[in-house]
Amino acid sequence: MGRELVTGNYAAGYTLALAGEANRSGRGCGAGAYPITPQTEIVEYLRGFEFTKGAVVPVESEHSAMGVCIGAALAGARSFTASSSNGLAYMTENVFAAGYYRLPIVMIAVNRTLGPPWNIWVDQGDSLALRDAAWLQFYTESHQELVDTILLAFRVGEDPRVLLPVMVAEDGFVTSHTQMIVDLPEQELVDRYLPPCRVPHQLTHARPTTVGGLTWPKETTHHRHEIQEAMERVPEVLAEAINEFEQVFGRRPHGALSAEYTDDAQTVLIACNTMTRTLRRVVEERRARGEKIGLIMQKMFRPFPRQELLRAVTQAQRVGVLDRNYSPGSGGIMWTEIAATLQHRPDILVQDYLVGLGGGDVTPQDISAIVDELQSRQTAGDPVWKEVAA
Amino acid sequence: MSTAMAPVSKTHCDNVLRPGNTNCAGCGMSLGLHWLDEALSEERPFMVIPACCGIVTAGAFPTTAYGVPTAASTFASSPAVATGISQILRMNGEENPVICWAGDGGTYDIGIATLSAAAERNEDMIYVCYDNEIYGNTGGQRSSATPEGVRTSTSPRGKVEQKKDMMGIMAAHRIPYAATLSLAHRDDFLRKVRIARETKGFRFLLMLSPCPTGWKSEPAEGIDLIRTAVGCGLFPLYEVYEGLRYRINARPDGTPLESYISRQKRYTAAKVDPQLIRNFISEQWRYLDAMARAFPAD
Ligand SMILES: Cc1ncc(C[n+]2csc(CCOP(=O)(O)OP(=O)(O)O)c2C)c(N)n1
Ligand code: SF4
Repeated sequence: MGRELVTGNYAAGYTLALAGEANRSGRGCGAGAYPITPQTEIVEYLRGFEFTKGAVVPVESEHSAMGVCIGAALAGARSFTASSSNGLAYMTENVFAAGYYRLPIVMIAVNRTLGPPWNIWVDQGDSLALRDAAWLQFYTESHQELVDTILLAFRVGEDPRVLLPVMVAEDGFVTSHTQMIVDLPEQELVDRYLPPCRVPHQLTHARPTTVGGLTWPKETTHHRHEIQEAMERVPEVLAEAINEFEQVFGRRPHGALSAEYTDDAQTVLIACNTMTRTLRRVVEERRARGEKIGLIMQKMFRPFPRQELLRAVTQAQRVGVLDRNYSPGSGGIMWTEIAATLQHRPDILVQDYLVGLGGGDVTPQDISAIVDELQSRQTAGDPVWKEVAA
Repeated sequence: MSTAMAPVSKTHCDNVLRPGNTNCAGCGMSLGLHWLDEALSEERPFMVIPACCGIVTAGAFPTTAYGVPTAASTFASSPAVATGISQILRMNGEENPVICWAGDGGTYDIGIATLSAAAERNEDMIYVCYDNEIYGNTGGQRSSATPEGVRTSTSPRGKVEQKKDMMGIMAAHRIPYAATLSLAHRDDFLRKVRIARETKGFRFLLMLSPCPTGWKSEPAEGIDLIRTAVGCGLFPLYEVYEGLRYRINARPDGTPLESYISRQKRYTAAKVDPQLIRNFISEQWRYLDAMARAFPAD
């Protein structure tokens, strides 16, 4: 394909299809497809793609879309789907099931505000609400990052050291419906990068098992602990997957975090998805004026990259978290995790900003005002509700 | 286990369900699963079982009473999970039957949208509902399969609503094959499972399943209760091809309704008016006869 001007959803659908097609030498691929704005174009693309060995099933709900993925993966196939917002909420029971079954399904979460009241614009609260579902979670700031992370997702999730499903999030509309120039991979390279998917606990008559039956507390604890151990192996597996990605595709995607200008930064701002791009502009302008300021693009949220985060804030005195999500009665979900990690650094002031909720347009001026507020603080306080113009 | 693929002789039909399962004594599932196995003969199934007594049957990890590969799905999802399995098996040239084994709660209630969708897509699977007319696993609550009048823990004064006509709903999907199964009519049972086995696409089998625990009946009387249910006309034995060709397999034979309800405390404790049930039976047969006359299979 080469370099193309495409929407985020096109890029995601295209990449999922190539990953599915790459498993034609294995047991093929299976997907459940159900529409919801702003994800719909992805499942439309998948339904239109002519797989050599694959089935995209037009189901009646997101709950069943994930059900079909679970069945396909239990039969040994590569499996994937996409959803957003209330679709993810409706799917939730089977999202947890996929994680607990240890099936390496890949799902694109196109972030959208949960309703009612109905609002189709971006807010990461939908996928963050699924953070405890035993899935890896990645957040992407650009179309290219999205494409590359989807390929990494299959590679890491299907790795026998991990064997967990992976969610790759993109911003609704800001990414899904805008166009950027993207290096779209060729099938041949994807074939090279993704070996045939193998699900070791695939249902088979050679070894009849009951997958997902009853367990006692002790076995359940072991099961959860094994998931934790798999999560702990992710950084190593991801690092390998990135190195090999570079060899095959000639580009190097970000890892768990992208820490930029943080070596000497006394003020560090953290964001995810496209807000990072606005934040980067503000940080670069301020650095040009001599400020010791840096940023962190939080790409991986599960497993939560504690070590990487601690390494990125060695010189920091103040950390501001930009949360486009809100857990009622608590605050920003990224902030609670970041603050828990930074308890090892009690010298750092960690402040949360709830900004751009419900898809509000966050401008460089908004972020600059947040930086000013952060720098004027003597102590951290409750999450700050930052209103934006629209 | 290389023997798993070996042909199963009729003297060894416990492959799907092994001894040592947790079914209550007299549970209809035990015999139903054996006959299912027997009728499948050499064909080795993949099972999908949602939350229900049927998955508790397996016992706890790492042991399982199921001798064939089995997926324990979420409550509403068995036809969706079976869709994924069936699609992938078929594209790999594997023709093993994919069988959902679900209770009436999973079928008539929480799973009906998923079931309807899989039927509408004519997915290649056999869906068996073992209908014990109650939520057995959670201790005996009403479902939309519970007959009118019956007392359950969530219909303590007797159920106000009629039993849902699931066969009618499935026939309306124009699926290749739908049939009712009686544990008191072995030949008819085996014949229907064999027809289902030989048919492609979505097949629906509805088995009235005695549940001594929920029905408050004697475990030893389960099969006879089913014979009585068929004989008095409460549980008609029939099959529907393509949703449009009806065949009635057994007509009411004059068995008194009282011999069915008097042996189950779920009826007697609620003092169900037998006339209510008689009305239900005659309406059911008026509908069925009309359908069989208008759309005969033969
Ligand atoms: C989403 C969800 N809701 C509720 C339950 C609890 N639950 C487990 S089994 C069951 C009832 C099953 O009834 P039925 O399908 O009739 O099968 P039976 O237990 O009678 O064999 C319920 C309510 C569950 N497992 N999942
Ligand atoms: S409660 Fe009823 S359906 Fe469940 S195992 Fe016991 S007899 Fe069978």
